Amino acid sequence: MAASEHTALQFTPVLSSSSLLAKVHPLVIFNICDCYVRRPDQAERVIGTLLGSVLPDGTVDIRNSYAVPHNESSDQVALDIDYHHNMLLSHQKVNPKEAIVGWYSTGLGVTGGSALIHEFYSREVPNPIHLTVDTGFRNGEGTIKAYVSVNLSLGDCQLAVQFQEIPVDLRMVEAEQVGFDILKTPMVDKIPSDLEGMEASMQRLLALIDDVHKYVDDVVEGHTASDSSIGRFISETVASLPKLLPSAFDKLVNDNLQLCGYLDIGGFLSD
Amino acid sequence: MANNSNTIARSFLQVASTEEVAPPLRVVQIEGLVILKIIKHCKEFSPALVTGQLLGLDVGSILEVTNCFPFPIREEDEEIEADGANYQLEMMRCLREVNVDNNTVGWYQSTLLGSFQTVELIETFMNYQENIRRCVCIIYDPSRSNQGVLALKALKLSDAFMELYRSNNFTGEKLRERNLSWVDIFEEIPVKVSNSALISAFMTELEADSPITQCDYDRLQLSTNPFMERNVEFLIECMDELSIEQQKFQFYYRNLSRQQAQQQAWLQKRRSENMARKAAGEEPLPEEDPSNPIFKPIPEPSRLDSFLITNQISNFCNQINGVTGQSFSRLYLMKALQES
Repeated sequence: MAASEHTALQFTPVLSSSSLLAKVHPLVIFNICDCYVRRPDQAERVIGTLLGSVLPDGTVDIRNSYAVPHNESSDQVALDIDYHHNMLLSHQKVNPKEAIVGWYSTGLGVTGGSALIHEFYSREVPNPIHLTVDTGFRNGEGTIKAYVSVNLSLGDCQLAVQFQEIPVDLRMVEAEQVGFDILKTPMVDKIPSDLEGMEASMQRLLALIDDVHKYVDDVVEGHTASDSSIGRFISETVASLPKLLPSAFDKLVNDNLQLCGYLDIGGFLSD
Repeated sequence: MANNSNTIARSFLQVASTEEVAPPLRVVQIEGLVILKIIKHCKEFSPALVTGQLLGLDVGSILEVTNCFPFPIREEDEEIEADGANYQLEMMRCLREVNVDNNTVGWYQSTLLGSFQTVELIETFMNYQENIRRCVCIIYDPSRSNQGVLALKALKLSDAFMELYRSNNFTGEKLRERNLSWVDIFEEIPVKVSNSALISAFMTELEADSPITQCDYDRLQLSTNPFMERNVEFLIECMDELSIEQQKFQFYYRNLSRQQAQQQAWLQKRRSENMARKAAGEEPLPEEDPSNPIFKPIPEPSRLDSFLITNQISNFCNQINGVTGQSFSRLYLMKALQES
């Protein structure tokens, strides 16, 4: 029973939701999408467990997930609890530090059956996070939202439980390290080699430098309004280049070049 | 009518008797999901080395890897062996229930700076090959990935090498006969990455707006000294091992030539004895004497280890080449920046 917003009831939040943040790793999104694509024909959505840990500052770090088979009809939801426990044990054999932190379902928003499932997960973990991933792109974009349950009470009597949204941190650092180019196109023909990757990075750096240059030129010529904070950033960056005497710098560079050269030749010879 | 049934019967027979010739494996197609899972598992346990199972489909000349699961770190205990098998069965059964491809196509393992060419790898390959027609091993190097390079490669043993391994005979002539050198042991297969449309839609959306990513920060980092140091250290160790192997061979050859000299001397003596006996009218003694210890053949040391070591050395050299290439570019960039 997801309560409506038009209620004069009092909130007694279980946890101060202003400090709670959910951090989602890209693997979780990949897992959810893969399970959704492979779901059985009669199922409209996929439900599964979220694994991870709670960081010292209260942020919930969601690192892994697995799907749990379920049966859903208009008013009933049945979850395969044995499967859920078996998978949990298997996952914990590999990584004992990963514990249940909540559950996910695909689709936009929270439905009636979700409250029952959330209750089940509340028995496993004190304050489970409910993650919804909209694979239908109903708002024209893939919305990923996280909720916690909050108790609604009137005086001393507890009436209902509401799903309250919490912010989600979707910065995908690991995906960045792999390279979004590999992860966002349907087919990549070749994993880039060292030098190709280097070239791509240098090109991006060059583009950035060009942008900054153009901006500075525009400001000097009066085309764009100057922003002192940006100006300060630029001057700090330029100042952070270490000021070495040209001779010292040349020596440094040449030494390194020599070292690289020797190792390179050594490599070729031993081949 | 009879003709028709004859032709039908013959075509069945033909189909039944012709063995399916498998097209050679040309490409390994991995899903982005598998790459992320492998990276997560290897990084979490680095520097310990970990392994896991690959699941997917074998389609013509493409081997598709669609999912994977990690193996728990195995203790050296007999009882836990059964546990390991149970874990595997349990995982496969559970994944089957959510419609994941239940077909093993190989395994993955993490490595430290590329030192993975060992006899254990070959043995694992042979074990897998007994049961699966086509299997592949994916090697991931988490230490190199800190440099901004996705150090993932797919390997398999070459067929010629597998036959030779089964006969367990690594002498020099056999290898020359088959024209097999150290480059022919492992075959690297090109890797393609595929992603479902859904996930590529999500990733396109979730991509940060900034033009420079973590990947670039890693690549443009100037300090590569620790990485190069370890690479060179490993290279030196490998060179030591190679020289030990060389010494073994030298020892063997010296023994062989000494034995041959002894055999010649003995033969001469026998021949002169025989001449004397012939002159005296007695039976000549045989010119061979298998019971004499100098005729015992000395076993030739196996060349397998030296081949593997050479493979590792070549790997290290390639890595050093790659890193120095990057360093060159970075240094020139720095120089240009400083000058302006």
